[in-house]
Amino acid sequence: MTIMTDPPRESFRLGMLLSDTRYRSLTLQAIAFILLALSIGYLANNLVRNLTALGLNIDFSFLGTPAGYDINQRLIEYTSQSSNLRAAFVGILNTLLVAFLACVTATIFGVLAGVLRLSNNWLVRKLMSIYVEIFRNIPVLIWIIIIFTIMTAVLPGPRAFRGDNATSSMLFDAFAFTNRGVYIPAPIWGPGSMVVVATFIASIVAMFAYRRYATNLLYATGRLLPMFWPSVAIFFLPAILMFFIMGSPIGLEYPELKGFNFAGGIKVGGPLIAIWFALSIYTGAFIAENVRAGIQAVSKGQTEAAGALGLRSGRIMSLVVLPQALRVIIPPLISNYLNITKNSSLAILVGYADVTATLGGITLNQTGRAIECVVLLMLFYLVISLTISFVINIYNNAIKLKER
Amino acid sequence: MADQSTNSVAFVRTEEVPASPPPANAAGPVKWMRENLFSTPVNTVLTIVAAYVIFKIITGAFPWFANGIWNSQSLAECREILQGTTGGCFSVLSERWNQLLFGFKYPPELYWRPTLAFVIFLLAAAPVLFFKLPRKLLIVTALFPFIAYWLIWGGSILTPLLALAGVAGGYVVYSRFVTNNFAMGFFGGIIAAFLIWTIGGSILPDGTITDGPMQSVPSRDLGGFMLNLMLGVTCVSLSLPIGIALALGRQSSMPFIKYVCVIFIEFIRGVPLITLLFVASVMLAYFFPPEATVDLFLRVVIMITLFSSAYIAEVIRGGLAALPKGQYEAADSLGLDYAQAMRLIILPQALKISIPGIVNVAVGLFKDTTLVSVISMFDLVGMIRGPILASTEWNGVYWELWLAASVLFFIVCYGISQYSQWLERQLATGHR
Repeated sequence: MTIMTDPPRESFRLGMLLSDTRYRSLTLQAIAFILLALSIGYLANNLVRNLTALGLNIDFSFLGTPAGYDINQRLIEYTSQSSNLRAAFVGILNTLLVAFLACVTATIFGVLAGVLRLSNNWLVRKLMSIYVEIFRNIPVLIWIIIIFTIMTAVLPGPRAFRGDNATSSMLFDAFAFTNRGVYIPAPIWGPGSMVVVATFIASIVAMFAYRRYATNLLYATGRLLPMFWPSVAIFFLPAILMFFIMGSPIGLEYPELKGFNFAGGIKVGGPLIAIWFALSIYTGAFIAENVRAGIQAVSKGQTEAAGALGLRSGRIMSLVVLPQALRVIIPPLISNYLNITKNSSLAILVGYADVTATLGGITLNQTGRAIECVVLLMLFYLVISLTISFVINIYNNAIKLKER
Repeated sequence: MADQSTNSVAFVRTEEVPASPPPANAAGPVKWMRENLFSTPVNTVLTIVAAYVIFKIITGAFPWFANGIWNSQSLAECREILQGTTGGCFSVLSERWNQLLFGFKYPPELYWRPTLAFVIFLLAAAPVLFFKLPRKLLIVTALFPFIAYWLIWGGSILTPLLALAGVAGGYVVYSRFVTNNFAMGFFGGIIAAFLIWTIGGSILPDGTITDGPMQSVPSRDLGGFMLNLMLGVTCVSLSLPIGIALALGRQSSMPFIKYVCVIFIEFIRGVPLITLLFVASVMLAYFFPPEATVDLFLRVVIMITLFSSAYIAEVIRGGLAALPKGQYEAADSLGLDYAQAMRLIILPQALKISIPGIVNVAVGLFKDTTLVSVISMFDLVGMIRGPILASTEWNGVYWELWLAASVLFFIVCYGISQYSQWLERQLATGHR
């Protein structure tokens, strides 16, 4: 940032600042710096003049005062007496929640559609390309509103589940789709349930350890151990065994119709589902294109060479094609995750209390602290994006073709 | 001789056996279906599932379209006509099409003005999009911004004429000096244009016209799909030069300029557009002089332009990086200076490589113009959510309206992306 010009004592003329390549870039940077400083100064001056004219100041103390509004979707304890800062945190957690859920489902949709687009079934191929084109070419905002409308205007109210001649019924007696949200069974953690969970975590670790061992063995000696079924067995069996040994400590609490509404279970609000599902299918269409491009980017010769070496088609996929395709697929995939996180700010439209709706919406409107709120909001998204691009860079460096 | 040989060897056939037709299951549609639909059991299952899905969609949607009502005054009347049968109330479209397209405050007797502007836009865009058209049409392109401004906002023709005069003056100065030095021509042109605008602006009377065919329409009266199109076209075309400048800045060897560009690009790309629109609606006004009133449309244009220029800069940077280093070195060895090398050698190639990326950004940006409905501007989405769904006549008509909005956006976005694929094929100069 500092501009140091250290002109030689003799034979320096002012014209050399522009004509001599030794000085020209310094001169240009100095000019740019001055211009930038002047424009920032001009904007800052305008800001100060405007704020004094309106009797405002920049002050972050509003974060400590009670927010005074309720948030119905929250992951941490929050009441209307909590501070604005805590409301912002509730919003941040909600943003991360919906972003995480949407990333998972968008990947599933995207990989499925991308692979099916390459299927040799004509009908499925066409259907998937229609899906991709329709969802990529219509704004995500419209999708969010359409799905929210389905959630609120088409699904029946809790009243429809009541009485002997109920017009709606619960799916498997466990899932209720109502216009107030979807009710799903909630797990009940009995005594000893921690043991089951611990076993489950240990078996996941064991599964990865086994796969690693098998891969190492393959590379070291060429001996091939079966991979898929042992992994499945290690993943499920110990936890299920432990579940019955401990006497079924984990139960399910089913939602039930009580009075005018459902009680028990977990309520997943309509706004959350709308934004989650809309982001998933919208971004899924983009991911499908990435997956398709990635698989097509692996040249056919690779498959043929692997076939010539005598590999079976499953192994060709997992050992030759996928590792090379993933190199192409993963960077845009992560940037799609970033897009999901940024697009989750549209949740404000359907009343989902993400950070844009709490900090940038209600808090901003109630306190009138526009500048502070918007700056904090941008800072939050900036931190998330920079973290994710940092991860992308690490990954890109790790998978870069190592040329000797 | 010939007779002899054919007769002497009796068991040799003398005429060709006609080819027998292929078996029924190895030809025609049956073969096609066997290969493409029922080749394996998994495929057969997939086909049946897909066919079932398509069947459900068609049987569900067909009566809704076929029984659609196109001529009722309100939802209640439409439902009365339908009498419980399935059918769409498309009359909301025939009733409110003008609001969907132009917003609810644009004077109806002036609809011809934006329509005419749209037609001229098609003319102006054509020579840019299709290189084989006569180059003379570019004159329309150059005049289009001024004509469109005058047609859409109305008012005195002197305002766009002054803007045109400024640009023309700037261009004269630029072409006078550019042969000596690009920088001198460029900045001289900008200064000349600003001089003309300031001097002319102080002389010019207030151009507001209150009635007649060219009466002024304030920005807040614009709306509907027209607003989406205007924002999309304006912001993409404004952000192209800024994006090129940012991309070059990011490649620059001067650390200060490079880092300013990097910080700007990463900042803009790191925040959602909606926060930038919040800036436009609640914060940007603080950064203008207190006496200036900058209307919301202009503030939104500024923020969306900054947003898309950061994305376009990244696309163009990719194009610059994809050029072989030999091109830069060749330009240097010819003795070209920086501006000449960029203008004559680097940018034409880099921009060509980045066209698909730029089109992608343009499509994304056009879809994102719907976000302005969040800051209470009445674009297409804002119109549907606000005035139309809130009206007593049409409260509850969801699917017809959202279908119409989706179709409008789909046509434009799909058209642009098809054009981009076509252009990629046209521009492919690589070895085939």
